[in-house]
Amino acid sequence: MNLSKILKNAFLIILASLVLTACATKKTSTTGQIQGDVYTGTDSIEYLASGVPDRVFFATNETVLTTASRETLRKQAGWLRKNSDINVVLEGHADERGTREYNLALGERRANSAKDYLMTYGISSDRISVLSYGKERPVDSGSSPLAWSKNRRSVTVKAN
Amino acid sequence: MLFRYLFILLFLLPIKAFALIEVDITRGNLNPLPVAVSPLSIDNESKKNFKKILKKENLGSEISRIVENNLKQSGLFNPLDKEAFLQEPDIANLKPRFEDWNLIKAQALVTGKVTFIDEKLRVEFRLWDVLAGKEMMALAFTTVPSNWRRVGHIITDKVYERLTGEEGYFDTRIIYIAEEGPKTNRIKKLAIMDQDGFNNKFLTLGNELVLTPRFSPTNQMVTYLSYFRNLPRVYLLDIETGMQEVVGDFPGMTFAPRFSPDGKKIIMSFAKDGNSDIYTMDLENRIVERITNHPSIDTSPSYSPDGKRITFNSDRSGYQQIYVMDNNGKNVKRISFGNGLYGTPVWSPRGDLIAFTKLHKGKFYIGVMRTDGSGERLLTENFYQEAPSWSPNGRVLIFYRETKTNSKGEGFSAKLWSIDLTGYNEKMVKTETDASDPSWSSLLSN
Repeated sequence: MNLSKILKNAFLIILASLVLTACATKKTSTTGQIQGDVYTGTDSIEYLASGVPDRVFFATNETVLTTASRETLRKQAGWLRKNSDINVVLEGHADERGTREYNLALGERRANSAKDYLMTYGISSDRISVLSYGKERPVDSGSSPLAWSKNRRSVTVKAN
Repeated sequence: MLFRYLFILLFLLPIKAFALIEVDITRGNLNPLPVAVSPLSIDNESKKNFKKILKKENLGSEISRIVENNLKQSGLFNPLDKEAFLQEPDIANLKPRFEDWNLIKAQALVTGKVTFIDEKLRVEFRLWDVLAGKEMMALAFTTVPSNWRRVGHIITDKVYERLTGEEGYFDTRIIYIAEEGPKTNRIKKLAIMDQDGFNNKFLTLGNELVLTPRFSPTNQMVTYLSYFRNLPRVYLLDIETGMQEVVGDFPGMTFAPRFSPDGKKIIMSFAKDGNSDIYTMDLENRIVERITNHPSIDTSPSYSPDGKRITFNSDRSGYQQIYVMDNNGKNVKRISFGNGLYGTPVWSPRGDLIAFTKLHKGKFYIGVMRTDGSGERLLTENFYQEAPSWSPNGRVLIFYRETKTNSKGEGFSAKLWSIDLTGYNEKMVKTETDASDPSWSSLLSN
């Protein structure tokens, strides 16, 4: 697909700009990265507990979990096992580059990918509910490949 | 409520069989028909009464302005400047001096009269063929004064019908989502307005996220998606009584609702365990039927006007494409095969076309194709736009578009736009706030 080509180019541009800004300020760390269309930075991430990130990211139109996402979810599963009184809502999101109704379905599917993975690590489905926002609640309001990559996400939120 | 008070009291003259002026609406109209809309005449006593009730200085002029604006917006007519009119409204309505109207190049002339009788508003109007020097149509209505804007729309519908041979779409309303606030925390309210943007009303307060309202094709019921209590569900709303209810008892998100053409069923998606399929619920007996059963995402269903077929959006081929099937879910056929992704298929009320949103190389298009997928035509291209809805006569599409508010690509605004099926006459529809997800009502006077 051409989209992947565009995104690859965008990735290179962003990488180049990162190198440039790094030279300029030296302070810019790893925030604002995408790899193979999936966000790998730390911007916007919150923590459920120390070392337990609250969200995982997806490639365009994809619902499969990346290696990094699975690692995050294993940490979440460990935290949920230790805190058996806590229930969670998995909020699934899509970027703005899709039609509204399809994106609602896509968000639901992303959140369920995360839910299925948590369940394989022993978390009961009773403790996990799923809520799709489609493209209604972006975390980054920009219209760039980087902004979109941050918005394609499933966020684990404490329900109680 | 208001609609029930409106009735046609008198039918002055039968429509004459000969049509001399005719407007061809099947092609992009680059030469709109010059038409003179004379201010409707009004006597001093009526003027005083309407001023008291409606705070309008001259109701005759006000109504004629509605007609004029509607005709102009259609792109098929060119209403002439009133400054050039030679004849007084009252005399023109009795017997136009056709040579005067001919002089300013008017081909059709609308005249009329407004009176205050028994606390009611009585309007009569005539449509004249200037070149032939003949009356083409004469009608009169009596209604409550507060309906005055609707009278202007009904006159436009009658003129449009007489001159184009097609049903009008002016006495209609648009239900839509009014939006405000930053993109990351957008406030969305259900809102309704007349087709020309007047009489705007908000139907929800903005406390919960609401999306995708759709009018019933037969009455003033609306179905939409609400996140009330953070449970995304399809709701049914009677906009005359304000009564609303959840549609069905599904253990999960229901979304993408639309009515069946007879208004008796709602068709929608139900998402569970990562899979969205299409279901219907009968509004009378509450029976739920599953229409699709496929591990892919199936959504955005829309019935054909005869109710026998359904078009929908599915990614069963790997990406979003448009499909059609029988109303029982059998005979599923993919119909979109062009480059890019396809979504939001909506069957035309005339039955012959499906409107859609297409995404290709970072652009969004609104287009139409035949129901077998042939004859794809893209009407408009932009950075971001979607969700076409048909006018009840199937001639015009309304959709929404997001644009960046400055040249650096920062900020954004969402507005409603309309475009003729021919691809001409693209226009922004004015709304008080930002707006999205428009849905066109059927004709109110039917």
